[in-house]
Amino acid sequence: MLALDPSFLAVQALSGLSSASSLFITACGLTIVFGVTRIVNFAHGSLYMIGAYTAATLVPRLLELSFGPVTFWAGILASALIVGIIGVIIEILLLRRIYGAPELFQLLATFGVVLVVQDLVVQVFGPEDILGPRAPGLRAPVEILGRRFPSYELVLIAAGPIVLGLVWLLLRKTRFGVLVRAATQDRDMVASLGVNQAMLFTGTLFLGAFLAGLGGALQIPRVSANTGMDLSIIAEAFVVTVVGGMGSVPGAFLAALIIGQLQAFGILIFPKSTLVVVFLLMAVVLAIRPYGLFGRAEIVGGSHAVGIASHKPLPGRTYILLAVMAALACFPLLADAYLLKVATEILIFALFAFSLQLLIGVGGLVSFGHAAFFGLGAYGSALAVKWLDMSMEAALPLGLTLAALGAALIGAFVVRLSGIYLAMMTLAAAQILYAVAFQWVDVTGGDNGIVGVWPSSWAGGPVPYYLLTAALTLVAVLLLKRIIDAPFGYALRAARDSEARAEAIGLKVRQHRWLAFMISGAAAGLAGGLYAFSRGSVDPSLLGISTSVDALTMLLLGGIQTVAGPLVGAAVLHFLRDLIMPLTPLWRLLLGLSIIAMVLIFPRGLVGTVQYWREERA
Amino acid sequence: MAKFSTIRSLALGAALALGAPAVHAQQPPIKIGELNSYARQAAFTVPYRNGWQLALDEINAKGGVLGRKIEIISREDGATTGDATRVADELVTREGAVLLFGSFLSNVGVAMADFANQKKIVYIAAEPLTDAITMAQGNRYTFRIRPNNTMQVGMLVDQAKASGARRWAIVAPNYEYGQSAAQAFKRLIQERVPGAQIVTEQYPALGKIEAGATVSALEQAKPDGIFNVLFGPDLTQFVREGNTRGLFEGATVLSLLTGEPEWLLPLKDEVPEGWTVTGYPWDEIKEPKHKAFVDAYRAKYNDTPRLGSLLGYMVVYMIRDAIDRAGSTETEAIIKALEDAKFDTVIGPVTMRGIDNQSTMGAWVGKLVLTGAAGGMTDWTYKDGTSFMPTEAEVKAVRKD
Repeated sequence: MLALDPSFLAVQALSGLSSASSLFITACGLTIVFGVTRIVNFAHGSLYMIGAYTAATLVPRLLELSFGPVTFWAGILASALIVGIIGVIIEILLLRRIYGAPELFQLLATFGVVLVVQDLVVQVFGPEDILGPRAPGLRAPVEILGRRFPSYELVLIAAGPIVLGLVWLLLRKTRFGVLVRAATQDRDMVASLGVNQAMLFTGTLFLGAFLAGLGGALQIPRVSANTGMDLSIIAEAFVVTVVGGMGSVPGAFLAALIIGQLQAFGILIFPKSTLVVVFLLMAVVLAIRPYGLFGRAEIVGGSHAVGIASHKPLPGRTYILLAVMAALACFPLLADAYLLKVATEILIFALFAFSLQLLIGVGGLVSFGHAAFFGLGAYGSALAVKWLDMSMEAALPLGLTLAALGAALIGAFVVRLSGIYLAMMTLAAAQILYAVAFQWVDVTGGDNGIVGVWPSSWAGGPVPYYLLTAALTLVAVLLLKRIIDAPFGYALRAARDSEARAEAIGLKVRQHRWLAFMISGAAAGLAGGLYAFSRGSVDPSLLGISTSVDALTMLLLGGIQTVAGPLVGAAVLHFLRDLIMPLTPLWRLLLGLSIIAMVLIFPRGLVGTVQYWREERA
Repeated sequence: MAKFSTIRSLALGAALALGAPAVHAQQPPIKIGELNSYARQAAFTVPYRNGWQLALDEINAKGGVLGRKIEIISREDGATTGDATRVADELVTREGAVLLFGSFLSNVGVAMADFANQKKIVYIAAEPLTDAITMAQGNRYTFRIRPNNTMQVGMLVDQAKASGARRWAIVAPNYEYGQSAAQAFKRLIQERVPGAQIVTEQYPALGKIEAGATVSALEQAKPDGIFNVLFGPDLTQFVREGNTRGLFEGATVLSLLTGEPEWLLPLKDEVPEGWTVTGYPWDEIKEPKHKAFVDAYRAKYNDTPRLGSLLGYMVVYMIRDAIDRAGSTETEAIIKALEDAKFDTVIGPVTMRGIDNQSTMGAWVGKLVLTGAAGGMTDWTYKDGTSFMPTEAEVKAVRKD
């Protein structure tokens, strides 16, 4: 049996420690930045990636000039400094403008940076992975209990505690550190005491970015710099900061240690489910300690939630509804097969985004993992077709049910949390499902996904499938609209605007939110099922972060304060994507920039702005 | 909506006008759809695009085929099954492509085969290697050029017989290609090497290997033979970690594709010498036709060819021949022209076997060696694919058509 060999256990534990060290250095920057600015910086992973690319390009050039350990480590530090400066630029250009914005907008804006950096990195460093040089003097392995172990890993193991010590000194013994700690406790109070906040925040971002860059640069002798680094590290860094408690540096250290060991030994016990273990840990910790190991409760106060407001019902809305129905029904007369396909997808995404509106716009629950329910619906339908030989008519409701059940389970955990922890828990849930779909190959097909999920023959053509989608979407959207306007919807809004007052008048806030999760999940599941049959296949990317972000972008683009917003947003985004994507390889750059632009100058969204103009005129 | 599509076609027209030399007006070009993972798998796909572009330019300079030029409309397939079928749908319904080729990842290839069957359009899988494409998931619309996993693994296992290794470890990326290769290896090693056993299997997620932990888990099982299917960034990390810890010392290592320049070059001077690999020793192949291809490629791109370059080049010529023989661009005619057809390629004659639509293209098998600062292959031979293909009975047992 494997477990009986002590030298093997020792080496495996050391591997775990060195991963933990690398992870801690990166996550430490994330948690400091969050502590001070209260921004969950998605772009932190991108900074890590830039650090790795910069070092892998810079260090070999330096080594050509003068070969030696000093040059190598100087190159690593220089790369980290460069990344620190990039962090400062991002702070000045973007973050500074969104400190007061709702969490959703902050998350999306930094995700926009992620997209921009992904394309820029390919433009600057080229598409190929870059393997950095080995550290001079650390090429040979060392013997540990008769086994060889890379000496560079030993250096990494030491690097974690060293960084922890330096950060501790910085935070405890310098004026800057005192201010950082003060801001982590109460940002407003620090501002009231006349501290130069701009300098403090810029300095913090420099420190955070420097640590991210250092974490990335230290990886070059063991990992080649590649374009997938950003999202893979950010997911883990999130887990570390959330498990440790957002803003807590020692918490991040402890969490990184736990995760490093979990991964090192997890590979022996579940060689195929390494991804899921990490997120399960986060879910378990959050279920027991809603603010992580060392986190403190967030100060509740000041409404951070944005959402739909009450409007007088439009005059003649019955006629508008009839006109929309007629237009949808007549569309196949005008459009060719391809346009119909696009229209079908737009309808599906409209339903998906609209189901999210119930959570975010009405309930104030910022879900960053809505892809979970979309994917559950899609996988539920596909699995029913593949394993139970069901027809589309039976598989679609099954997908919807699976999504609703999943939402009930996830919701039960999530409604106990609030704010950023809530968003992170939904993200974790979606990532767990992603990992299950990705690694439970025997059932889900893993990365292969499931193919051959085609509709029944009567709905097979583009026109019948379009009509089916249109009918189901319309019914679902009208039902959701009815729910939003019902007392239940108002109760959710009350809880969104003031949880304390809502509870005081006797509303069962958690129960209402839980129910909202199920309804929203079911609607997203229906959209997912329809999507699966329109493409004929499902794959894990349906459960991925980018699918969740798509839904959020549609919501934001259309306008989060309106009911029709997500529908319009879905149409515009999907249509634009279809139009522009074939023309340029820089689609992600464009999308990222437009997300940032929307957050900065257009936070009401399309429908919201139109409504605002109308009200201004009136 | 009308306005948008005008802008779109103008922009597209401009892009095409810049990209391709003037197209003769009389006959509209034959449109062929191409899709691949240019963003996520650039190491292979960018040289591959160079390869097909070179062939395309040569063909069109000589007047194209059936008196018409060929136009290749190329798209990013996103490296996921969903994106790929979506893009394929766009290529067929909006752009009017008469056939499709491309894709890199095996899972995408399987989804494309399913799509081809559903939409009744010819799809030529250039790179995906999983057996499924021509075996269990195969259909009459789907063709494959490269030797599949069973064929390439068969070539390697033959080399392993002499080594005497019995305790085998498998390391493979956990998706269609890795699973299929591991399965083929388990089957063939037990058939052909009596007494062989599999002592451990590691399946890291594609692009997400934890190299240190994976290497020590393999080491723990004390294998005397290792079968590797990793490629790309996973391979680089695995080799570096394995070299450091001495995993490969005294073990026979069989490795799929590692001799291909796209995966060998990033290893630089850490090439694990003595591995038995399939690959592409492009600079040592002396046949005049192949040399002419290499010269043309180097002249045009100022870069050395990868296996992807050769493949892209061959595929487009085979498509040209098929359309030429079919005399039309109708799907049924093209299928007829492809099935059991012989093609004269830069690496010699290749036949497209009709029973499973798998070509007899072979692979170069040899040992890795370090020459100067980079790796190469030594003791290599070209193994024609014919004798390594699954038998007709095996094909008939699993194919549904």
